[in-house]
Amino acid sequence: MSIPPDSVGAVVAQRAHFDQPLPLKSGAVIPAYDLAFETYGTKNAAGSNAILVCHALSGSHHVAGHYADQPGNVGWWDNLVGPGRPLDTNRFFVVGVNNLGGCHGSTGPSSPNPATGKPWGADFPMVTVEDWVEAQARLADHLGIEAWAAVLGGSLGGMQALQWAISFPERVRHCLVIAAAPRLTAENIAFNEVARQAILTDPDFHGGNFYEFGVRPVRGLRLARMLGHITYLSDDQMAEKFGRKMRNDSPSYGFEVEFEIESYLRYQGDKFAGFFDANTYLLMTKALDYFDPALATGGNLQAALARARAKFLVASFSTDWRFSPSRSREIVNALVHNGQDVAYANLSSNFGHDSFLMEDRQYHAVMRAYLEGIGT
Amino acid sequence: MTNNALGRPDFDLIASWVQPGERVLDLGCGDGALLKLLAKDRGARAWGVELDDANVLAAIKNGVNVIQSNLEEGLAGFEDGAFEHVVLSRTLQTMRHTEGILAEMLRVGRDVVVSFPNFAYWKNRMAIMSGHMPVSEDLPHEWFNTPNVRFFAIPDFEDLCQRMGVTIREREVLDDKGNLVTDEPNFLGSLAVYRLRRGA
Repeated sequence: MSIPPDSVGAVVAQRAHFDQPLPLKSGAVIPAYDLAFETYGTKNAAGSNAILVCHALSGSHHVAGHYADQPGNVGWWDNLVGPGRPLDTNRFFVVGVNNLGGCHGSTGPSSPNPATGKPWGADFPMVTVEDWVEAQARLADHLGIEAWAAVLGGSLGGMQALQWAISFPERVRHCLVIAAAPRLTAENIAFNEVARQAILTDPDFHGGNFYEFGVRPVRGLRLARMLGHITYLSDDQMAEKFGRKMRNDSPSYGFEVEFEIESYLRYQGDKFAGFFDANTYLLMTKALDYFDPALATGGNLQAALARARAKFLVASFSTDWRFSPSRSREIVNALVHNGQDVAYANLSSNFGHDSFLMEDRQYHAVMRAYLEGIGT
Repeated sequence: MTNNALGRPDFDLIASWVQPGERVLDLGCGDGALLKLLAKDRGARAWGVELDDANVLAAIKNGVNVIQSNLEEGLAGFEDGAFEHVVLSRTLQTMRHTEGILAEMLRVGRDVVVSFPNFAYWKNRMAIMSGHMPVSEDLPHEWFNTPNVRFFAIPDFEDLCQRMGVTIREREVLDDKGNLVTDEPNFLGSLAVYRLRRGA
């Protein structure tokens, strides 16, 4: 496999250990924890060129490049990050981090609980977007980064970027909020709840302690992912890609895979269920549901964002119905009301919510233009 | 053209009406040149609205606050009286909902600044007299590729202002070289720039 010259190339995952207990929003405390992270590019002497990339529901710290022993394992936002790419690692020191509660190397429900020696399982405390940002701030301290040149993310990652600007106004110079929302709608929470019920009712879930039974709730996880996946795509894109195409010329009048869309969803579900931790999925969806920075200001998003000192880029995608453009406009409107700096791109894209991961010409041009304007 | 570095003589006029610290919304802001001028030279807090992808990208490159949105859908999301100035520069003639956008501008802004090409400028009249649709400095497109959908002259616009109960606070008229015109504005003026307010 040849490596494009604008790829960051082979990367190595790192891990930081934190001994200081982390008090969580729920009231629980994590006594100690590890965060898995990766970095690309070189930190300048002043530490003023650092950019944090926050991941969404199923992402990880592996944002760009590949592992030397796994050339096919390419980072989830590789098309954005690299030397000469829109997030240019020739200029910026880019940090990806796996969130607390994750299943890619950071402390999470599948990690051993120091109190019992067994996996945390159901005992792993609920983590919120605010908690993640607190943990990420400690990673910033660890890396000697006083203030991020930018914090960016898509979807749930965009919510973290927004939370950063609110929680640590003096530590974020630019905030890039892509395909996100200031809080989920009831419909959105409803999708998450169906996904959670699929996992929670799987007999192999064992109340979250399936590790000790040597099983995994793959059926529930698979269903959760199939449902989620539908909501990340657009009707147009599905029609174009699959339509009513069938595998055979004539219908079989049974329940085996027949329509191409069925085959695709089952494949996606199986693939995801093969590696993702069910408890992490539950936690991530709950973090999405709980996210509501305006709650502390009586539902007033303007007041919540008034603390922010960052300049903002907000972007949405025309066919994204899970995090629709109007939700991004809520953020933009609140910022304009406050007299804050914001650029907003509402991008035409066929790929629904997943558009934020795609390499669209206008999208990437907007990202490049905005990021080029950030001083280091 | 004039000595205006941006090549947009109406920009200097508009900028002169904006005081430091005031909030400005520029509708159809293009590449954000006016926003940049207002923010950098006048110390204003400025945002722009633009629909076209290429312009939005250019505005982001210019480092200004651009919001990608369709003006024909109104200014929902902007609050009443949120801005000291709302600017619509050389764009009114491209919009279908003429009264609608003016009403929206008057809703969100204290002062409304509108500039438009004067269809009754003498060179345009000459073009019509010679049997052709005018193409000029301020009407630069051919009939088949013009974005303009409304063709009107200075008195027409002022009739509409009266009908809408709008006060004309200031009016400046420029010829096609960007020089101020005082006599016979509807004949000698190629571009009109107005500053309006709600109510009589």
